[in-house]
Amino acid sequence: MIGTLNAMIQGLLLGGLYALFAAGLSLIFGVMRMVNIAHGDLIVASAYFAYFVMQMLGIGPFTSLLIVVPVVAAFGYALQRWLLNYTLGAGDLPPLLVTIALSIILQNVLLIVFTADVHRLQAGPIEIASWAFNSELSVGVLPVLQFVTSVIIIGALQLLFYKSSFGRAFRATSDDQQVAQLMGIETRHIFSLAMALSLAVVAVAGVFLAIRTNFNPFTGPLLLIFGFEAIVMGGLGSLWGTLVGGILLGIAQAIGGQIQVGLPFVAGHVAFLAVLYFLPQGLFPKVSQ
Amino acid sequence: MNAAVAVADLPLKVIRGDRVTHLGMTFWTILVIVLAFGPFWADRQSLRLLSEILSYVALASLWNLLAGFAGLVSVGQQTFVGIGGYTLYLFALGLGVNPLLGLPVAAVVGGIASVPIFLLLQRLRGPQFTIGSWVVAEVFLQIAQQLAVVGGGSGISLPAAVVRSIAQSRDAREFLIYWGFLAITVVVVGGIVMLLRSRYGLALTAIRDNEMAARSNGMDVGRIRLVAFVVAAILTSATGSMIFLQKLSITPFSAFSMNNWTVYIIFMTVIGGIGRVEGPIIGVAIFFLLRQYLADLASTYLIILGVVAILIMLKWPKGIWGSIADRYGWQLFPLARRLVRLTGPQATGSP
Repeated sequence: MIGTLNAMIQGLLLGGLYALFAAGLSLIFGVMRMVNIAHGDLIVASAYFAYFVMQMLGIGPFTSLLIVVPVVAAFGYALQRWLLNYTLGAGDLPPLLVTIALSIILQNVLLIVFTADVHRLQAGPIEIASWAFNSELSVGVLPVLQFVTSVIIIGALQLLFYKSSFGRAFRATSDDQQVAQLMGIETRHIFSLAMALSLAVVAVAGVFLAIRTNFNPFTGPLLLIFGFEAIVMGGLGSLWGTLVGGILLGIAQAIGGQIQVGLPFVAGHVAFLAVLYFLPQGLFPKVSQ
Repeated sequence: MNAAVAVADLPLKVIRGDRVTHLGMTFWTILVIVLAFGPFWADRQSLRLLSEILSYVALASLWNLLAGFAGLVSVGQQTFVGIGGYTLYLFALGLGVNPLLGLPVAAVVGGIASVPIFLLLQRLRGPQFTIGSWVVAEVFLQIAQQLAVVGGGSGISLPAAVVRSIAQSRDAREFLIYWGFLAITVVVVGGIVMLLRSRYGLALTAIRDNEMAARSNGMDVGRIRLVAFVVAAILTSATGSMIFLQKLSITPFSAFSMNNWTVYIIFMTVIGGIGRVEGPIIGVAIFFLLRQYLADLASTYLIILGVVAILIMLKWPKGIWGSIADRYGWQLFPLARRLVRLTGPQATGSP
């Protein structure tokens, strides 16, 4: 019983990270109706970049974020501006196929540069620090820190979208690209900013995840799937829903892992498919226009 | 009703192809005959390579049917390759019968499995369908790893006794399997041509060109997509069963491999020409030609393919074949409908 409770708390805390992956993905989808298949690989690439920066400068993973986040965001802007923007406007197919190809390219570049060995970011003593409630139930400091960071980032995104002119431009572009353009919004720039913001968010999530678990060049697709499951479970277009979706996914995986060691991912997928079957609009459906 | 009568009275005729199409059909016929005699002119290794090429023509053509025509971009077709492979193994091992009999069983099981999968994935719109199809493939991969009856993570092999029940001599077995691949590929490509010539084909082409317009003309897009998805699943499972019959062993990662059964196929189809029947065939040829020279490069080869696919998507979104065909109006299969006046100058119709 305590074991299950422990696992559920772990799952809940991990779910915050999934929600961040999802928030990045959902931001792109919301603004430009594009599903970025390379999303997971970009998360993993951010983790590798953090690893590289840490090795070069001899700093810790948290400090490395000061370099990783702006660089990854700038990369995202460039990627959107000079590649992905050209795939938009001719249906779903071009962006899907180009990002699939991008995903394969990223995986193989990472494989060549960093080999297939698993890596992990070393964060020092904080990795094992924990608060113990009693002899059996304890919560790690790091997972709590990750969760709190996730909630803060999602709250910040929410504020950005609904309280700033920047967010208004995003939402306007999302609602009607052509009219937004007529109102003087430069959509290509907005799209690139959205990608930059998306990758900035997932860079943080990627570094946190890489402190917690091993990663290799082929970890990306699974992260994309987790993010996607969190979005659909939470209901498209709702950031807080996405947080709940991520948490549900984390808990489902934790419970699955309790039942059988090899089962966490299956349990997460089954939870996703069940939500899709019973509540196709997700748990927090946005009122459709 | 009146309109139909009026058209029938006009001195008009619908023709399906021109000289290039006739040349094309002659070429395909000769190619199939030459391939059918493969065991007489090719050695064992070449036959294996030809089998692999044929299996990729089948898989890529089926993926193209979904992505290029039905607007269903799946990255989870490995689900059906794996279902086909595992079904054949379970059937042959469970009943101890000739594994070739497992081929139709695999096709049926794949077809049955595809209906609930489609009904579930249909709830995801557009690009979301793509990731959903991936999740389904992941579920099958994970389940296959956990199931003891299929050997879990280490998979299963076909014992020698079962293999011998295909045919006594090794040559005869290899020939039968090779002809199996050839038959499936002919059925797949021929079936797609027939499907595209039928009412469903008109509907699929309409959906490819403009989904909104297809809907507003009263097409039941959901049902047409279901038909395409189930047909693709049946034939993908059949192809998968043959692929693993030839390999003599199956593991979850080989059966539900995203790289082998989806990524390569996407590259082939995009490079050759998505949304054309000829596209995947040309793409497979290019893929294997490049592989002869670049296979040693392993991951560099994949990077090159990825870059080429991106360039093609951006510069020639119709692929190599699509761009050539558009420019010269070539069609290697009789798919176009051209309205011809029986007397007087030719009327131009839309392909």
